[in-house]
Amino acid sequence: MLDSKVPAGPLAEKWSKHKFNMKLVNPANKRKFTIIVVGTGLAGASAAASLAELGYNVKTFCYQDSPRRAHSIAAQGGINAAKNYQNDGDSVFRLFYDTIKGGDYRAREANVYRLAEVSVNIIDQCVAQGVPFAREYGGLLDNRSFGGAQVSRTFYARGQTGQQLLLGAYSALNRQIRKGKVKSYTRHEMLDLVKIDGHARGIITRDLVTGKIEAHEGHAVLLCTGGYGNVFFLSTNAMGCNVTAAWRAHKRGAFFANPCYTQIHPTCIPVTGDHQSKLTLMSESLRNDGRVWVPKTKELSEKLRQGQLKPADIKEEDRDYFLERKYPSFGNLVPRDVASRNAKEMVDDGRGVGKSGVAVFLDFADAIKRLGKDTVEAKYGNLFDMYYQITDENPYEQPMRIYPAVHYTMGGIWVDYNLMTTVPGLYALGECNFSDHGANRLGASALMQGLSDGYFVIPYTVGDYLANLGSFAPVDKNNPAFEQTRKEVQNKVNALLNLKGSKTVDDIHKKLGNIMWEYCGMARTAEGLTKAKGLIQELKKEFWSDVKVLGENEELNMSLEKAGRVADFLELGELMVDDALNRAESCGGHFRLESQTEEGEAKRDDENFTFVSAWEFRGENQPEALHKEELVFENVKLTQRSYK
Amino acid sequence: MAQHMNLTLKIWRQKNDKTKGKFVTIQAKDIADDMSFLEMLDVVNEDLTRKGEDPIYFDHDCREGICGMCSLVINGRPHGPKYGITTCQLHMRSFHDGQTIVIEPWRAAAFPVLKDLAVDRTSFDRIQQAGGYVNVNTGGVPDANTIPIPKRIADEAFESATCIGCGACVAACKNASAMLFVSAKISQFALLPQGQTERYERAQAMIDQMDAEGFGNCTNTGACEAECPKGIKLSNIARMNREYFGAKFFREEDVHTHS
Repeated sequence: MLDSKVPAGPLAEKWSKHKFNMKLVNPANKRKFTIIVVGTGLAGASAAASLAELGYNVKTFCYQDSPRRAHSIAAQGGINAAKNYQNDGDSVFRLFYDTIKGGDYRAREANVYRLAEVSVNIIDQCVAQGVPFAREYGGLLDNRSFGGAQVSRTFYARGQTGQQLLLGAYSALNRQIRKGKVKSYTRHEMLDLVKIDGHARGIITRDLVTGKIEAHEGHAVLLCTGGYGNVFFLSTNAMGCNVTAAWRAHKRGAFFANPCYTQIHPTCIPVTGDHQSKLTLMSESLRNDGRVWVPKTKELSEKLRQGQLKPADIKEEDRDYFLERKYPSFGNLVPRDVASRNAKEMVDDGRGVGKSGVAVFLDFADAIKRLGKDTVEAKYGNLFDMYYQITDENPYEQPMRIYPAVHYTMGGIWVDYNLMTTVPGLYALGECNFSDHGANRLGASALMQGLSDGYFVIPYTVGDYLANLGSFAPVDKNNPAFEQTRKEVQNKVNALLNLKGSKTVDDIHKKLGNIMWEYCGMARTAEGLTKAKGLIQELKKEFWSDVKVLGENEELNMSLEKAGRVADFLELGELMVDDALNRAESCGGHFRLESQTEEGEAKRDDENFTFVSAWEFRGENQPEALHKEELVFENVKLTQRSYK
Repeated sequence: MAQHMNLTLKIWRQKNDKTKGKFVTIQAKDIADDMSFLEMLDVVNEDLTRKGEDPIYFDHDCREGICGMCSLVINGRPHGPKYGITTCQLHMRSFHDGQTIVIEPWRAAAFPVLKDLAVDRTSFDRIQQAGGYVNVNTGGVPDANTIPIPKRIADEAFESATCIGCGACVAACKNASAMLFVSAKISQFALLPQGQTERYERAQAMIDQMDAEGFGNCTNTGACEAECPKGIKLSNIARMNREYFGAKFFREEDVHTHS
């Protein structure tokens, strides 16, 4: 059984007490420690800046050409905080409760409570940095509503909240780079973790421009490398998002938790063809004013698909506003997993719209009538423009067509309350870890978690680890572990470069994506998952025997970069399927067809599955070992989640 | 159904920053009009890879117009023929069957070519490092609502803050000036109360770094504004100039009382 190291005591006092009980590093000694931060999104940039401010030496690494381009930048809708500025009944406990319930009771109470607790500090911090949040005419901050909540607690900057928050964290990071406290390595990819005496003591990176493979030493390593949604090939993630850093750390001993918990976001622009390279999200905030519907009958849907009818031709009484019908109290603002499953249900029922029939409408006609076009434009202008650019359809004049797409991964590297993985000295922050969102993340909570981990959790917990090391000595660069691991990475790169088959890396990646979407997507069965496992194993063989990797190591080499990432996705894919197969219950985004209520909602099996699945790597092509962390709920009562 | 087209691409190929580049002609066949421009290049690259030829390297990441990683000068225009979007948001329906498309990297001394269509924009990061921030540490800040900001000011600061740092302004400018980029950040903080205490030092430091990076001067042609995918306005440059003169006129000790 895994020890989550959750401190004792009442929920609301755990974090304060823990902060007091943790050891501190004297200011003069902090500069003797070096901390490696991999990834520069919200979690990485905020952690790096905060740790450097405290006096630690920090090295940051990102694969992009600048830390500012990390995919946090693309988050649209907003960031939750329990400020209760709206006087509508919000509180730390309510945000905690909504998040636990939203996650279908599969998250760790103490972590979620801490997240809710520090959420209020995040907003203060960002405003102090000059993040231009949306404001009311009186000059105070504005809020909006998001799915799974009945209060308005979401702070936003038009549809570009992630951009503004990341640029805030990036500015704090830049300040420390200027001061010489942070050394930033861009266009660098982490390819392995270096362990000395069981502790994380460095990483191996490849310089994507020169191909140079080198070792970097540090007293602690922070993985802030985001999620693994691109295992599906098509997702709302950026093209470069990958699991490689996390996966290589997993293979060095970091347990991987709940890999099957993936979030399929309900409102994305539908796929148009095989050439599709990624999917574009339309923010959940649109469900504040947009109404989701399909025609009541298959016949009408068919006519829409053939172009014989236009959406406006469908009479009000012939429309099925299915979310409002089924969930009157939350309506269009049900959580993401529920909205996605219902859209799929409509499409499976033959009532989908658009040429492909694989879409539902998100309609703003009523909102435009009620609020006026200008107000709708002020709220959502950039999203409407984005939709128009991609589809050539004007959402002010006709409803958007939307369909669910892979968006976020709740699973990730297992961490304890201190965000430390099962490898001492190795931490995981933000989307990279598993800890706060259970089996389904609520909207506007990813930004909150990334910044909470980076600004307000890790600066305390990493200090406790370093203070307990009992030595301030620098990590010995000449320890053979560095050269040994570097050589292993070099060999792996060489093995990839020697692949001279007939398939492109994308060919394999697309096949993997299809398998994952078909069998490990919105609906999963034991039979399908078993089949998927076999298919992935075959595909893995195909990759290592018939893929083609061009060029050499000593150059910007797109083929090589992709090949390394897809090789890791293939291994992860198999673990996801194993995990989904093992979890014979439905919860949140993990929907096993065998386990549903009479109304078709996800049916948990609390008696047998109230635990975190943490998987241990035990060697190439060996089955991974399952470890369990029992989830204990002392402050909320487990119930069938209802949004009716 | 999607329309399909055949195109002639004249693409800049360059092995690395040490070798000379040249235009190479490549045929792009059977391109659907609902593909994005970068998906068209993906198709071309898959073909090249199958033939065992080195795919064309270009920078890209989010493919939704916000990360600022994609670039490309397309038929002489940064981010292509349409206004207000990045290359990744450009779709092939903006082109026609049989068209010749010339694709080049950003051209500027401060943006050296790394390979093919990818350039090194770390000069932009160094300008931000020189002063693109408020000097505030994590923790110990006041409650967010103790700093009320008039909506008009907040909105204007937001408009400046939406710069994605892609560098199209530099690529569009005959002098390769970075003033639109630099002024957007200076404006954001010059407008907001949080930025007041350091407004003049900030302007001075960022402009000095901009000059040190080898960016050219501004001669007010407005090409940067016209090509900016995020609609960053030329008025930011006017504000930056005022801040710069402010930095020259006011002594440091006056700065904190003047705003």
